Amino acid sequence: MIDGSPFLLVLVPFGMLFGVVGTEAGLNLAQVMGFTALVIAGAAQFATVQLLVDDAPTIIAILTGLAVNVRMAMYSASLAPYLGNAPLWKRALAGYLMVDQVFALTVPKYEAEPELTINQRYRYYFGTMVLVAPAWYAATLFGAVLGQTIPPEYALDFALPITFLALVAPALKTLAHVAAAVTSVIVALALASLPFNIGLLIAAFAAMIVGARVELALQGRAAS
Amino acid sequence: MSQSSTEIWMAIAALGLGTFLLRFSFLGILGKRELPDWVLRHLRYTPVAVLPGLIAPLVLWPAATDGQPDPARLLAAGVTLLIGVLTHNAVIAICSGAATLYSALYLLG
Repeated sequence: MIDGSPFLLVLVPFGMLFGVVGTEAGLNLAQVMGFTALVIAGAAQFATVQLLVDDAPTIIAILTGLAVNVRMAMYSASLAPYLGNAPLWKRALAGYLMVDQVFALTVPKYEAEPELTINQRYRYYFGTMVLVAPAWYAATLFGAVLGQTIPPEYALDFALPITFLALVAPALKTLAHVAAAVTSVIVALALASLPFNIGLLIAAFAAMIVGARVELALQGRAAS
Repeated sequence: MSQSSTEIWMAIAALGLGTFLLRFSFLGILGKRELPDWVLRHLRYTPVAVLPGLIAPLVLWPAATDGQPDPARLLAAGVTLLIGVLTHNAVIAICSGAATLYSALYLLG
């Protein structure tokens, strides 16, 4: 629980921002809270709402949101060796609560303390979320209520791009990440005129391949 | 936004269910089977592959200015990115970007 608390500094403003942006975009309170409670994945929620605002077809909005969340499958694969041997309800609850922050805390902990029993692992896993999950819901609710009172001249249209940039910037850890990001930008802009925002999905696909190729090339050079 | 309430709820439900299945996948169903390296190598880049392409048109052609590039918004985007790369702190980056945007909107009219 204590290890999870620093994340409140990020999640509370972020949740509030989703509440504000969602409301400004035209979602009602129930819909904003529906996103937050059912999805609990900030970046994907923002991405989906943005595409709905752009009047992209609903299916494209869903696919793009899911594309942002594909990394969760990677988390699931990394956690399975530590948490896989437990009752279904526990694994399902762990799945529901699997967010970036939990992953960032638990895997290093499990690696460092291999003597932990599976019950201790689950206790730690849920413990990290005891504060974080309710805070995330509450912050979104607060933001959504607040959003209804903010007039449009405050340039909130740009809250979303700024949030995304702030999320992506720290993720540009290696040359491969930078190459993937640059590819994504170039292809998305070049294909911006394609219908149904399909250019973004093509751009994301191309960028993943470029990232993976650059990583391999760098490894090859380091090895030789 | 012109979608009906039903369409929006469908999007919420589908995204929620799909995200849950991604999270539950290995933990719940596939067990301890390991993902091959080449799959992991591609998955590592999904966030930086999707988000920049989503942001770029919003930064270059903001809807608020009818798609005309806007100096205040470009500046704010640049500052956010720079501070984010330098500090690795999303909250500081957001605050810097917002401060830049409002200063620039005020100064540039």
